[in-house]
Amino acid sequence: MKNAMVLACALLVLPGALSAQDASKESAEAKREDRLKTLEEQVRALAAEVEALRGELKTARESAANAPATRPKLVLASAPYARESAEAAATPGPPQGSSTAQTQVFGGATSNAKLLNPDISVIGDFLGTAGNNSIRPVRSLEMHESELGLQAIIDPYARGDFFLSFGEQGVNVEEGYLTFTSLPGGFVAKVGKMRAAFGKVNTIHNHALEWTDRPMVTDNLLGGEDGIDDAGLSVTRILPAPKWIFMEATGQVFRGDSSTVFQSVTHKDVSYVGHLRAYKDLSESTNVDIGASYSRGHSAAGADLITLPSNFHTDLYGMDATFRWKPLRRAIYHSFLARSELVWSQRDQLSPLSLFQTQRAFGFFTSGEYRLTRRWTMGGRFDRTGRAQQANLTDTGFSALLTYWPSEFSQIRGQYRFARYAEGTDGSELRFQFLFVLGAHGAHPF
Amino acid sequence: MKHTSNAFRFTATTASLALLLASLQVPPSQAAGKIQIVTATSDLAALAQEVGGDRVEVESIARGYQDPHFVEAKPSFLLKLRKADLLIVVGLELEIGWLPPLINQSGNPRIQVAAPGYFDASRFAEILEIPKGVVTRAEGDVHPLGNPHYWLDPANGQRIAKGIADRLSEMRPADASYFEQRYQAFTKRLQEEDQKWVAEMKPYAGRKVVTYHRSWPNFAKHFDLDVVGYVEPRPGIPPSPSHTLELIQLMKRENIKVIMVEPYFDLKTPKAIARDTGAQVVVMMPSVGGEKEITDYFKLFDYDIALLKKAFDATH
Repeated sequence: MKNAMVLACALLVLPGALSAQDASKESAEAKREDRLKTLEEQVRALAAEVEALRGELKTARESAANAPATRPKLVLASAPYARESAEAAATPGPPQGSSTAQTQVFGGATSNAKLLNPDISVIGDFLGTAGNNSIRPVRSLEMHESELGLQAIIDPYARGDFFLSFGEQGVNVEEGYLTFTSLPGGFVAKVGKMRAAFGKVNTIHNHALEWTDRPMVTDNLLGGEDGIDDAGLSVTRILPAPKWIFMEATGQVFRGDSSTVFQSVTHKDVSYVGHLRAYKDLSESTNVDIGASYSRGHSAAGADLITLPSNFHTDLYGMDATFRWKPLRRAIYHSFLARSELVWSQRDQLSPLSLFQTQRAFGFFTSGEYRLTRRWTMGGRFDRTGRAQQANLTDTGFSALLTYWPSEFSQIRGQYRFARYAEGTDGSELRFQFLFVLGAHGAHPF
Repeated sequence: MKHTSNAFRFTATTASLALLLASLQVPPSQAAGKIQIVTATSDLAALAQEVGGDRVEVESIARGYQDPHFVEAKPSFLLKLRKADLLIVVGLELEIGWLPPLINQSGNPRIQVAAPGYFDASRFAEILEIPKGVVTRAEGDVHPLGNPHYWLDPANGQRIAKGIADRLSEMRPADASYFEQRYQAFTKRLQEEDQKWVAEMKPYAGRKVVTYHRSWPNFAKHFDLDVVGYVEPRPGIPPSPSHTLELIQLMKRENIKVIMVEPYFDLKTPKAIARDTGAQVVVMMPSVGGEKEITDYFKLFDYDIALLKKAFDATH
């Protein structure tokens, strides 16, 4: 009975206890839900905040991208694009400098190091020839020369210039020299391999000539296309002269090896070149440039001899004259250039009977070039010259030229060349040339 | 043998002389009189004269009516450069085709690149049209460092004048107050004149124009003109028939009535375009000295603005 009463009481109490337990559970779940809701709201708020910040960042980036790279501070109060205080206007704004163009740098990570590289250029010289010339034949088609130029300022006192000539026969250092630009006394000195200051044409690179070839006198008396081009020293100075006349003297000493003109056997067999130049402006559009040259070195004829090879010399005398007309207002459309050089050669050599003799030869050319329009130029040249080793043999020739310039950096030229050689043979050729410039090729002296 | 011994002595003497000269220190400018200034263009000469006054002697290499890209490096310019205490250049490779050989041959240590007497005005100016990305010659004779015709903005004129005044003061500290006074007077006058120029050009603000070469971006920006086309298809490339036709269509479509041409370009193509479009060809002067009456920096803007106003009024 007692057990039955306990069981009945338990049954009576259990629903109440169970209901009380259910109530506490509901209360806890409600709290959890509230907390979750609060957290969800906080997350939503944070997400909205992040979104807002992203938007602001995007706007800021877009406005920065659309804004001028570096708008300078206003200098003048009246300048239309901005207004600043009078105090700011009194001080000039900083120059723009942060934005610069990129050159074609393919090295990526090393691009900054390349900023100090020299100016690099390549000039292609493609030649084609049709016709006949049995005395001095040339190839029908050839990549005549590819000139690689490397030029830079070395330090505050000097600059360096290298011109490497790649031909179909090999590579040649056409010029490679150091120029001291900051010497006292107005001197300018060069050290290295260079084209000698003998006349005008000898100093000019192939691509800067007015013709597809060099004059006959260069071939016959000055060693051919390379001319007098040797390793040595050069000193130049402007000389005192009457007002408005420019006079300049150049003295050069070379090792003594230049094509077929000079050849050294010992260290003492150096060659010399001296050049005196006078220039005058006749008006702002016309000027005349006259030069006299002398060179002496050891003749190649003595190089193979065992006894007294140093007694064989070559002496060269030259005169050059250039007349230019270029109206300043129309300089890119019309101009005229006339040029002439005369060369006398005295070459010591052995006669066929092995007797010492001196061959005295003379040669010259005269040429003219007229710019018809911005893109077209026509010209002509007359040649007549003896031969250094056989002065009694004289070659004569003339050329007519037409040049087209698509731009400053390319040139197409045609040249008809007739030659009457001393052997009694004629050469008649039609030559065409394509010149093209890649990169930054430094300007050549006037 | 006599020749060879002479040759050896000559070589030894020459080499010794060269070494001696190379080892000597470069002397500073000892000029006690006026500062000798040579400038690449006449505009820089005008600015240098404004600031330098009677304490300087200024000569320009290029003339005002000459294309400054294609100046001949005549030896007669060396006579000026060898005496110069200060060389002022436009920079940005404008003179790359003629000035470097002159500097090298001048025998004047004072004006060599980065020497105290070498002054690159572009470092003081606002430069426009700086190419971005890869630059190639397919774009014509493009200037990789930016458009070098920056002096055609009076604001740049003031910046350059300030730079010149500071440099002159460094060279002649005793005259520093004189140069500063000259600069302040120049600035005051330039601001007054510029207010007048801007007011004169205000009625034409936003007008669309065509120019021959890209010589006028700074001028157009300062006076609120809109350059929408060029007679040259690319900088330095002569006009082609196809490009000329496109330009004519553009001018008709946009109702462009003014073609600005520099004095050193042929007028044949611009005049042909003008005939087809009813536009006027205006031979603008980009530099001081382009005409006889343009004797200073102020008259340059007076001249060009008067021409433009007349052309806009005539074609309105």
